[in-house]
Amino acid sequence: MLLIDEIFETNRMIAQNKLDVRTITMGISLRGCSHPDIKVFCDNVYDKITQTAKDLVRVGEDIEAEFGVPIINKRVSVTPVAVVAESCRADSYVPVAEAMDRAAKELGINFIGGFSALVDKHETEGDTRLINSIPEALARTERVCSSVNIGTTKSGINMDAVRKMGSIVKQTANLTADRDAIGCAKLVIFANAVQDNPFMAGAFHGVGEGSSAINIGVSGPGVVKRALEDVKGQSLDIVAETVKRTAFKITRIGQLVAREASKRLGVTMGIIDLSLAPTPAIGDSVAHILEEMGIESCGAPGTTAALALLNDAVKKGGLMAAQHVGGLSGAFIPVSEDAGMIAAAECGSLTLEKLEAMTCVCSVGLDMIAIPGDTSAETISAIIADEAAIGMINNKTTAVRLIPVPGKKVGDRVEFGGLLGYCPVMAVSRFKSDDFIARGGRIPAPLRSLTN
Amino acid sequence: MKIVVTIIGQDRVGIVAKVSTAMAEVNVNVLDINQNIMHGFFNMVMIADMGAAKISLKDLQKRLDNVGKEIGVEIKAQSEDIFNVMHRI
Repeated sequence: MLLIDEIFETNRMIAQNKLDVRTITMGISLRGCSHPDIKVFCDNVYDKITQTAKDLVRVGEDIEAEFGVPIINKRVSVTPVAVVAESCRADSYVPVAEAMDRAAKELGINFIGGFSALVDKHETEGDTRLINSIPEALARTERVCSSVNIGTTKSGINMDAVRKMGSIVKQTANLTADRDAIGCAKLVIFANAVQDNPFMAGAFHGVGEGSSAINIGVSGPGVVKRALEDVKGQSLDIVAETVKRTAFKITRIGQLVAREASKRLGVTMGIIDLSLAPTPAIGDSVAHILEEMGIESCGAPGTTAALALLNDAVKKGGLMAAQHVGGLSGAFIPVSEDAGMIAAAECGSLTLEKLEAMTCVCSVGLDMIAIPGDTSAETISAIIADEAAIGMINNKTTAVRLIPVPGKKVGDRVEFGGLLGYCPVMAVSRFKSDDFIARGGRIPAPLRSLTN
Repeated sequence: MKIVVTIIGQDRVGIVAKVSTAMAEVNVNVLDINQNIMHGFFNMVMIADMGAAKISLKDLQKRLDNVGKEIGVEIKAQSEDIFNVMHRI
């Protein structure tokens, strides 16, 4: 029989510590949609998405009401569009993004991911057309998210694509300059991208997936912070143990929601992403967990070690609670989406270089960082290359979501609104890497790729 | 389906009676009641069975919400599963 304290503990986590399921993301394969006529293809895409996910929002809301746990986002990811649009006789894939946007609006979901290309070694014609379409696609749509995978541990880094993506980020910023370059908040450049990520903006439905799948992203930084308040001053062994125990509880709820959503929608259960995903709301910050461990302000010496402990303990705790683990699984450190990160960037304790170090030990990469509008395409490419190198060598996913905001300089504040948050513009090194980026070619796959 | 009904609020006469009546009227069977009062705050948990209930959980939630507003307490009704998965292996 349940104890009264246990029942109130769960409800306190939900009501006071912002425990929630961050997203139910339905992955949908578009592989049956291909057609030489892009108009027919777009109709096929729209129909496929709206039919497959027609009950997604309703079922999400039903589960939310029945169990009393908020499910913040219901979203859709699709097969990388470059793969399925390649047979279209068209120079631009912008109409495909517009069809995806219409489908998202029809379904009532806030984001749809998969306007993507996988070019970790080389590009096909479809990849090139997709990448060239990204700036206009993100400017003309509201809910479409785009990602490009430019490297893997197995293939090395495609530096031609890295060079191109610096320029694509700049073009996207310029086309959405009137909205603080919001297009860039919907564009992720990956190394070692995963096929079953439920989180935006980097979600796509991998080519090794089935027709459809339900992937769940859990959250709960506030719950972890609250649990650590009870072990103030105790050793880091106890901190790790407390995080593990809390992550287990959080993930069990994710597992329950995944099972129910999968059953009610008649869709295969994919994975649970064991994540600590912050929001700009007070009490929902990953940075504040690190500060609870004893770091004065996120970014101070010790931050990387604290984050490594947190990231590892979240996985160890969550692993036993979930049937299948996947996605990005780990702590996220998006600057504009985390009140503690925003404060740390504003007070100067957190810099781009420290963030780069932190990405070596946590879930993703340089995420949601506003940089000066006059940062060159080459410098952005060089930052992408650095992150990709960390991912490639450490056999982990890394990503870059930088926002060079036209007309803004270091210290200016940028507002994206809603879950995307706000942040100060952060400083970028004034030294150039133009000649390195101009070389192009590929960085060969590292020694550790030879594992067979 | 088994549900957990939690009630939190300022203590006053008749909370248990009001909530039990609202549930009995739609044939929701109360299996167990547990309560305590801390710092003048009334905390109560009821475990109930909706197997023979005349209404859905959604409608019961609305019904209990109205009762809660009437007597000034917060009432939540949730499927028992969320607590079981979190606290029992």
